[in-house]
Amino acid sequence: MSTSASTVPATSRKILVLGATSGIAEATCRIWAKEGASLFLVARNSQKLAAVAADLKTRGAGYVDTSVADLDDTAQHPALLAHAINSLGGMDVAYLAHGILGDQAKAEQDFETAAQIIHTNFVSAVSLLTWLANFCVQRHAGVLAVISSVAGDRGRKSNYLYGSSKAALSAFLGGLRNRVDREGVTVLNIKPGPVRTGMTSHMPGAEKMADVNAVAKTIVKAIDAKADNLYVPFQWGPIMWVIQHIPERVFKKLNL
Amino acid sequence: MPTSAAPTAAPERVTSDAITPPDGKVPFESWGRYPRYGGRIVPMHWQQDFPANIAGLHNGALPVGMGRSYGDSCLLKDGNLVLTTGMNRLLAFDPATGILTAEAGLTLAQILDFAVPRGFFLPVTPGTKYVTLGGAIANDIHGKNHHVAGTFGNHVTRFELVRSDGSRRVCSPTQDPDWFAATIGGLGLTGMITWAELKLRPIVTRMIDYEAIQFHGIDEFLALTEQYKNVEYTVSWIDCASTGKNFARGIFMLGDHARIPGDLSPSPEPKLVFPFEAPGFALNHTTVSMFNTLYFHKQLKPRVQTLVDYEPFFYPLDKVLHWNRLYGKDGLLQFQYAIPWESAREATIAILGEIAKSGLASFLAVLKAFGDVPSPGLLSFPQPGITLALDFAMKEGRTFPLFERLADMTRDYGGRLYPAKDAAMTASQFQTFYPQWEQLARFRDPVITSSFWERVTGDRPAL
Repeated sequence: MSTSASTVPATSRKILVLGATSGIAEATCRIWAKEGASLFLVARNSQKLAAVAADLKTRGAGYVDTSVADLDDTAQHPALLAHAINSLGGMDVAYLAHGILGDQAKAEQDFETAAQIIHTNFVSAVSLLTWLANFCVQRHAGVLAVISSVAGDRGRKSNYLYGSSKAALSAFLGGLRNRVDREGVTVLNIKPGPVRTGMTSHMPGAEKMADVNAVAKTIVKAIDAKADNLYVPFQWGPIMWVIQHIPERVFKKLNL
Repeated sequence: MPTSAAPTAAPERVTSDAITPPDGKVPFESWGRYPRYGGRIVPMHWQQDFPANIAGLHNGALPVGMGRSYGDSCLLKDGNLVLTTGMNRLLAFDPATGILTAEAGLTLAQILDFAVPRGFFLPVTPGTKYVTLGGAIANDIHGKNHHVAGTFGNHVTRFELVRSDGSRRVCSPTQDPDWFAATIGGLGLTGMITWAELKLRPIVTRMIDYEAIQFHGIDEFLALTEQYKNVEYTVSWIDCASTGKNFARGIFMLGDHARIPGDLSPSPEPKLVFPFEAPGFALNHTTVSMFNTLYFHKQLKPRVQTLVDYEPFFYPLDKVLHWNRLYGKDGLLQFQYAIPWESAREATIAILGEIAKSGLASFLAVLKAFGDVPSPGLLSFPQPGITLALDFAMKEGRTFPLFERLADMTRDYGGRLYPAKDAAMTASQFQTFYPQWEQLARFRDPVITSSFWERVTGDRPAL
C-alpha cells in the first residue's frame, strides 16, 4: 500500500521502520517526518499503520510507504525487506522498534508464553538484522538502530522473560557491531528506561516515566552521531551500572 | 459497551475504594481543581480503541482531554475517564482550502505548531491553547473573534462520532445534522469524537497588530465595542474590585493578524511552571485590588498601539504552566454569563456591583461582546450580547452563596451560564438556561455521562 503518490525525494534520508506503530517509533518518526525524510513503515495492524502513515505524511515526510506484516513470521523477512528497500530506493537507517512486554506471570508457568516473548523480541530481530547487516556490509554504509531495554542489563524477577530477550538482543548487537563496524556499518543499541507510551500508560507510576518525545529526540541525535550505545534518559546509564554491580548474594533477596 | 457482546465472565465491579487513592490524590483534575473526584483513567491511543477499552467497566465513562474545563463537566465521580490525548495524529491537510483533518486528542497547541509555519492559524481560539480538538468541539468554545467568526463549531466541517454500541457515523451540517448539532457543545455526552475536520485561516506572520485602550465604565466599553466591531479580535480586562469613580474601569484590547509578511516559526516550549499550591490567603481583596490597580496603570498612556506576538496576545496565562495552583488547595470557581443585548448593560452593571459589594475579588475578569453568528450546537453557550468571565478562589461558605445570587441575576436578565466553566449552578438554573437540554438527553450515549450532567439533570449512566 503506497500512501504517497510522489516518488522518493533524491536528497531525503531513507529510513526503514519496523514496528512503526510503537509509541517510541511513532514519536521518532514525527521528528524525521518534519525533516522531510522518506519512510517505509512496517506494522501488524493495518488501521493503526494507516493512521501513523497519514500523520507522518501530513507532517512533511518526503515519502511514506507501508507494509502490513507480522514480524514473528521470519520466513517473510527477506521479501519484506527487499520490497521496502526497493520502495525507498535504498536505505540509510533501519530502525527496529517492534517488541512485546509479554505477560511475565504467565510466562513463569507457561513455556509457550515465554517462547513467544523470546521469539518476537530476539529471534525475529536476529532474522531481520542478519539480512539488513549483510545488505549494509555490501554497501559499506548504513545505521542499524535497535531498541533493546535497560531490562536486559540484569534479570529481575518482575520481568526476566522480557529482560532476557533484551539481554540476548544486546549481546547479539554487541557481536554484530564488532563484526560490521569495520565495514562502515553502525549498530546502535538503544536502551530506554520506562517510557510513557501506549504499551505502558495504563501502568501505575506512568506519570513518572520518561516523556516519549524527549526520548525520541535523544534517539534521533544518537543515530545522527552514529553512537554505539544509548541509555535514554541518560540517568539509566549510571543506575544500571549500580544495579549490575550489586553482589548476587544481596541482589537475589531484592524485590526488583 | 456493546450490548451484542455477551460478557464471558462476571464484569469487574468498580468500587469507589478501588479508584479513589487513599492519599487523596486524584488521577484527573479539572482546571478549577474543584470539585475533585476519584476515577479511573482509560487511555486511548487509537481511533479503534473505543468502545472496546471500556468493555466490562461500570459506573459510566466520559471522554476527556486536557482537563481545562473549570468545573465538573470533565469529571465523572468514581467512573471511567477515557483520556484521548494519546490519540493525536494529523490525518490530512490541504493548503488550498486550509482544511485540517486530525484525531480528536490533538491539542490546539499542537495544531499551531503545525499550522503557523505553513501560514495558517486557528479559526477560533480560547484563552489557552492547551485544549484538545475534541474538547473544543464538545464545549463549542469561543474566542476574541466571536463577534465576527462565531464559535469553534462554526469552522468544523465534519467529524466522526463513535457510540458505546460500536456504531460509527460521520457527521456534518448536511450528513446526520442532528447528531452534528447535538455533539457540538454536547459536553462529550453524545459519544466519542475520534477525528474532526477544521478549516484553518491563513496568516502571513505570527504578529498581531495590537492596541489597548483604557476605559471607565460600561458605557465607554460599549462605545469602544461599537467603534471597533470590524476588528477581528476584541476583549477587555475589567477591574471588578473597584467601586466609586473607578467602578468598571478596564482595558479594551483589540488586534488583527498583521498584514506585513514576517516570522512564521513555531512557538518555544513554555519554561515557567507554578511550582506549588499558594496558601489560601495569597489571594484576598487587598492583593487583588493592588494587582488590578497595577494592571490598569501598566500602560502609562490611555492608549497603546504596538505589534505583539500571538502567544502573549491569545495565551498570556499559558506562559506559566499550572497557574491554577495560585488559588491554593481549595481551587477556584469560574463564573461566566452570556446576557442578551436587551438587558446586557443593566445586567452587567448590576452583577459587577454585586461582586464588588461581596468583597470576593477576582483579578482574571474578562468582558466581551458576543456577535450574532448563530452557534451551530444544540447546547452552545454564546448568544448575541455581553459575556463576562470571572475567577474566584473557592472559599467555603462564601463563594457558593455569591454564585447562587449571580446565577439567579443572570437568569432574571435572560442570560445563561457556561457549563465548561461551571461547578455551582443548580439543576433548576441549568434547565432554565438551556431548555433544550432534554433534546440533548435523547442524544446522550447511554454509557457516557459526567458529574456535571448528573448534577444538573439527575441522569445516570445505564451501566
